[in-house]
Amino acid sequence: MTAIAAGERVRPRASRDHWAMAAALVLIAALLVIFVALPLYTLLSKSFENADGGFVGLANFSKFLTTPALSISISNSLQIALAASFITTSLAFVYAYAITRSQMPLRALFKGLALLPLLAPSLLPGISLVYLFGNKGLVKEWLMGESIYGPIGIVMGEVFYTFPHAVMILVTALSITDGRLYEAAEVLGAGTVRKFFTVTVPAVRYGLVSAFFVVFTLVVTDFGIPKVIGGNYNVLATDVYKQVVGRNDFQMGAVVGMILLLPALLAFAVDRLVQRKQVALLSARAVPYIAKKSPGFDFAVLAFCAVVSLAILSMFAMAACASFVKLWPYNLELVWKHYDFDLTDGGSWTSFWNSIEMSALTAIFGTAVVFAGAYLVEKQTGFKKLRGVVQFLCMIPMAVPGLVLGVAYIFFFVDQANPLHVLYHSMAILVINTVAHFYTVAHLTAVTALKQMDGEFEAVSASLQVPVWRTFRRVTVPVAMPAILDISLYLFVSAMTTVSAVVFLYSPNTTLASVAVLNMDDAGDVAPAAAMAMMIVYTCIAVRLAHAVLSRAVLARTQAWRRR
Amino acid sequence: MAHGADRKKPYLRIEGVNKSFGSFHALKNVTLDIAEREFVCFLGPSGCGKTTLLRAIAGLDIQTTGRIFQAGRDVSALPPSARDVGIVFQSYALFPNLSVIDNVGYGLARRSTTRESRRGRVAELLALVNLGEHGAKYPAQLSGGQQQRVALARALATSPGLLLLDEPLSALDAKVRQYLRGELRALQRKLGVTTVMVTHDQEEALTMADRIVVMNAGAIEQVGTPAEIYGTPSTAFVADFIGAMNFLPASVSGAGRARIEGLELHVPALNGTVMGTEITLCCRPEDIVPADDGAANAFDTKISAIEFLGPNLRATLVPKDAASRSLTAEFSATQSRRIGIALGGTLRVAMPGDRLHVFARR
Ligand SMILES: Nc1ncnc2c1ncn2[C@@H]1O[C@H](COP(=O)(O)OP(=O)(O)O)[C@@H](O)[C@H]1O
Ligand SMILES: [Mg+2]
Repeated sequence: MTAIAAGERVRPRASRDHWAMAAALVLIAALLVIFVALPLYTLLSKSFENADGGFVGLANFSKFLTTPALSISISNSLQIALAASFITTSLAFVYAYAITRSQMPLRALFKGLALLPLLAPSLLPGISLVYLFGNKGLVKEWLMGESIYGPIGIVMGEVFYTFPHAVMILVTALSITDGRLYEAAEVLGAGTVRKFFTVTVPAVRYGLVSAFFVVFTLVVTDFGIPKVIGGNYNVLATDVYKQVVGRNDFQMGAVVGMILLLPALLAFAVDRLVQRKQVALLSARAVPYIAKKSPGFDFAVLAFCAVVSLAILSMFAMAACASFVKLWPYNLELVWKHYDFDLTDGGSWTSFWNSIEMSALTAIFGTAVVFAGAYLVEKQTGFKKLRGVVQFLCMIPMAVPGLVLGVAYIFFFVDQANPLHVLYHSMAILVINTVAHFYTVAHLTAVTALKQMDGEFEAVSASLQVPVWRTFRRVTVPVAMPAILDISLYLFVSAMTTVSAVVFLYSPNTTLASVAVLNMDDAGDVAPAAAMAMMIVYTCIAVRLAHAVLSRAVLARTQAWRRR
Repeated sequence: MAHGADRKKPYLRIEGVNKSFGSFHALKNVTLDIAEREFVCFLGPSGCGKTTLLRAIAGLDIQTTGRIFQAGRDVSALPPSARDVGIVFQSYALFPNLSVIDNVGYGLARRSTTRESRRGRVAELLALVNLGEHGAKYPAQLSGGQQQRVALARALATSPGLLLLDEPLSALDAKVRQYLRGELRALQRKLGVTTVMVTHDQEEALTMADRIVVMNAGAIEQVGTPAEIYGTPSTAFVADFIGAMNFLPASVSGAGRARIEGLELHVPALNGTVMGTEITLCCRPEDIVPADDGAANAFDTKISAIEFLGPNLRATLVPKDAASRSLTAEFSATQSRRIGIALGGTLRVAMPGDRLHVFARR
């Protein structure tokens, strides 16, 4: 018998590549554990502790539920979220239906307009609504005596803020319907209405459910709009802020955070389920549905889309106007002074540059970590268990609202005993938190791009004895470049506009533009707040355009092979 | 196999290799020797473990137990980068963002010292696979057959001792496939590189291989030259899988004799088998011949169906003495004209004893 006896398990000798990959995988896993799992664990344990760290079971929860002022927030939050979800989903459905199922002109433009709110912080609709319907509002008579400060304002703002998310989900759901079903229905003599209810609705019902839950979660966990326009109307999201930032009551903050996690987890579960069902709907032989021309219908949906887009645009226009006008509505002289943020209490140009820095760092480091992580999970063999763990950790952020993550971060990093306490109040913690917050969507984008690549590149490279990182650099990254650019754009814009997590984490040296909007508005400097919100919008638009130009240039250079 | 034993020391030796995926046993005790410069085909139905065995040889998915030696070296546990193999994958896995030249030269970057020698080697390889003028193109600009040759050149660039091909021709259309078979085989002869090719296409294996390894459900059924595999299949599976074959249930009726219903045949292969044993008799359609009166194993049949195949004619024959059985026979067009084959007519045929194969009844 020689070295290995027959029947004895072969123990593969690991290559240098193998060890390098293992190290990288362990590193990614450690980062995700430290910056996602541990903070959430701290939040969980805080909600079961008293102020001195002793275990008190459910005492905090029962205290919360029996304090009328606090528990009323639950019912408020639910009402707002149900109303907003219902309105947004309905509007978005008709809008998405028009884009995908009609022959109305300018469909691409309307699709682009629907996505505009993604480029603004959620505070912007709050501010614009005040200008439009507030005490001195332009069209306040439209409310027929009702006040915009409170549920009405919140719901209107939330509809604006969540509209693009719902439209994206429903456009996807509507575009994957099999055109053959309609032909079949027609042959069977089904009328338009009958077709709609027997073919369209069943096919998109998963999309509708998913959109509803996503909007619901966004609304329940959004903090900007209720803060700006909510008046005395308390919701869960503003409660967290008050408990944690206002009263330093971490236990109560943790309880609300845990409660906010519930709808998000539910939405996440529903979304996963829906995705699985939706994939099954489209068989390989399905044909895309091509809408027929129908002048009456096309005109009706065109009118609808025009009204909705106008409403969206008017929110931007209102904020832009307010930022340039001396004193709305009394003195309409055009001035620059609202952009001189250094004169206000709540913010400064430094905040804006901080935001740019934070977003750029998030885009650069976030994209690098996300893409490397996705590559390790998707393209390496071996370490099955570890890869499974990393994959799971990558999905967690999707189920955690920014607000909850922000609170979890404070609890975790404020602790002097934590060696990572040095990060507290630094720019780094803002960057890390933002990457963690938006990790899942970025990860899934990278995974999709990697899945489209041939699965044997790594095997070819190993058999040619080329180190794996060389193939990663020379082949994987260039081929995935379009996705990499998309990920960095997504991270940059998200970092620019986010408020919910970072509002707990900034320090006097690291104030951010979005937080400055909040603080200026709070201090009564509403016009400068509008100006700062618009600065964020301008930046996002500029970056979006730069992304388009850059993508084209990079595509021309590295993807010449795509042209045949 | 006597054939393998009198060869010199094998270049590749596979010894008792097993591979399991969880509880699924994908390779079962595979033992095989491959000589230097040999062209060996792994042939078997889809899912029988051909790719799994190939990947074990390459070190991509190392076997659970058993050993593999290459050129006398125990490579059982080594990663692909420490072995001496070139691989062409079923998908070719060409790098889409690199030109043909860069694809072919991909494995050379570290090896050839100078840029000039590298460029020279790539040019040489491209000439070898007849792609000299396509070097600047990207893979997407090439036809399937050209892509296949780029993948081949890339695998050969580092002059590996062993070339592994996983269904290299299966993605191509029939004409190109036919042409590339010859090209590939000629190239392999010229370079003298030991080659293992996986295929599920028996015609491909029969026309290209020095030796064929027929696999079924993770195990080797038979190893032999194409003529051996076709002419003397050693198991019913091989008999059935390779070419067309008539399967006839029979029982041993005497020394070297077997009976199919009322029909008794002389079967030399049966000597020594116990009377009454249930067996399966096999005969290829082309081995059923029109019989003269005195021929051995001759019997009368009725022609129940005729199929025109171009150069050949396929007839379904029902023996008069075994009316519940039917046989498929193939005759050349000229032959069938001479003997006058017509639907519903009768024909006297013979199954020569030395062309009959015997398998135990399962
Ligand atoms: N990574 C794997 N995990 C589990 N089962 C596998 C894996 N790879 C192959 N198999 C199974 O092993 C069997 C042999 O596969 P393969 O070697 O690819 O067959 P083929 O002969 O068609 O190349 C198949 O049943 C396949 O499902
Ligand atoms: Mg295979």
